[in-house]
Amino acid sequence: MLALAVVWLIPLVWVIRNAFLPREASIGSAWSWGFTLDNFIRVWEGAPFGQYTWNTFLVTAAIFLVQIFTLTLAAYAFARVPFFGRRVVFMLFLVQIMVPPDVLIFSNYQIINELGLLDTKLGIMLPYFASAFGVFLLRQAFKQLPHELDEAARVEGASALRILLRIYMPLAKPVYLSFAIVSISFHWNDFLWPLIVTDSPENRLLTVGLAMFAKSTESGTQWADVSAATLIVIMPMLIGFLLFQRQFISSFMHSGIKG
Amino acid sequence: MSTRWSEKLRRNGFGWGLVMPSLLFLCMFTYYPMFKSVWLSFYEKNLAVRNPVFVGFDNYKALMQDPIFIEVFRNNIWFAIGTVPVSIALAFVMALFADKAIRGKGLIRIAFFYPNMIPMIAAASIWLFLYMPQFGLFAQFASWIIGNEVHLLGNPNTVLGSLIVMTVWKEAGYFMIFYLAGMQQIPKDLYETASVDGIGAWEQQWRITLPLTMPTTLFVTVIAITNAFKWVDHLWMMTKGGPDHASSLLLYYIYETTFKFNDQGMAAAMTVLMIILLLIISCLQFAGWERKIHYQ
Repeated sequence: MLALAVVWLIPLVWVIRNAFLPREASIGSAWSWGFTLDNFIRVWEGAPFGQYTWNTFLVTAAIFLVQIFTLTLAAYAFARVPFFGRRVVFMLFLVQIMVPPDVLIFSNYQIINELGLLDTKLGIMLPYFASAFGVFLLRQAFKQLPHELDEAARVEGASALRILLRIYMPLAKPVYLSFAIVSISFHWNDFLWPLIVTDSPENRLLTVGLAMFAKSTESGTQWADVSAATLIVIMPMLIGFLLFQRQFISSFMHSGIKG
Repeated sequence: MSTRWSEKLRRNGFGWGLVMPSLLFLCMFTYYPMFKSVWLSFYEKNLAVRNPVFVGFDNYKALMQDPIFIEVFRNNIWFAIGTVPVSIALAFVMALFADKAIRGKGLIRIAFFYPNMIPMIAAASIWLFLYMPQFGLFAQFASWIIGNEVHLLGNPNTVLGSLIVMTVWKEAGYFMIFYLAGMQQIPKDLYETASVDGIGAWEQQWRITLPLTMPTTLFVTVIAITNAFKWVDHLWMMTKGGPDHASSLLLYYIYETTFKFNDQGMAAAMTVLMIILLLIISCLQFAGWERKIHYQ
């Protein structure tokens, strides 16, 4: 099993080795012990990876924050407010889990176009502002909270929104954390939709930047550069994962079972 | 009576108000585009015909006769057949060891799960390099063993298989996580009793772990099949669906039809087929959920 684990690590080791290898050595078949940071410097100067990272951070963070807002309200309504048509609306939400926005790229592109939001960060974010998956996850957590909590707070004169803010949200913190990891890793890594929507470097995300960069290098001699660029792109998530390995894995377990 | 009515009205207003923000985005980016796709799929709209012409089911008929679409669809079926069972079987074995291993447990989990944390486009860029003729790891390996140059991505016979290998590498660790969760819910005394009865370790896995993780298998299978129809990023990076459409998949072909050939009617018809397909697969998932609840 350790052998299989080693096999699984080969691609990572390979990309790291090439990223730090002098250009000439990276295409030679002989093993080389060369070490250099030139590739990273060249890549950083050759394409605006700093800008891409900043864009990706902005987009991912903004999507997440808006999602928190929309899904908390909806989850609370589905868990605690018996309003007319609740079951039907809930079914409507189900459909988004089955048919996620990535499948509807073609129509969504036209909508973003009609809104005049092509090549904007808002255009990348908009289709993901509502997350049915998150609503399901959180609704489940809210439902498990004892009703007595509500009643006690209500007796003390707290409004529904106050109860939501002061009692429900803090108690569902682990679920928010799970959703954060799933949402952030998804949007940090997303490619096709940001590719379609953006076409200027000012709004390009890391994944798209990497793809453009790799495509612009035709010959094998630039593979060291592409490796360095790839490493730049995967680093944030990889470091995050290594640091919070336990939380990552348990959050995926959590979201998978309940989601 | 009137206070009850006003209370009811207030509650309904409150509920609808709470779901409204989500519902608004859902309508805009799920429902409206879905209906728009259905509507547009009955029209001819491409570079030749600027104003849509109603053609009924002609787009669908044309798709059924389009050899490329048929090939792409067949590719996608093969891609699913190639990735789903292997990655699930691997995930099960990985979880067994990551669950039981005493030493190197953390390392094993990290090794198997990290591919899931990196973007598909980055994985594609790494594997493109691994598969590259001459300098790539596989090419060097092949020339060392069989003394022959191999160009795995350039050959229509090997390209889909190569992409399947990469996808299994990326996905198996993700499914391992669900099995890990499933295995932790199996009561430990079941194994103890089995050991007392003299049932060997391997048979225990076969007779206890495998059947008791069946709900997980069902759940993971549906995710894996759905994913098999959604992975596209690697195609953009590695093959552009080529050579000669040998590696193209449904969603990528929709993307090409929309943005390269500008044939909106056809793209809409394919999107509709894709939606139907995903809905069918997801219904299996809900059937699976029912069973899972039953199990617990």
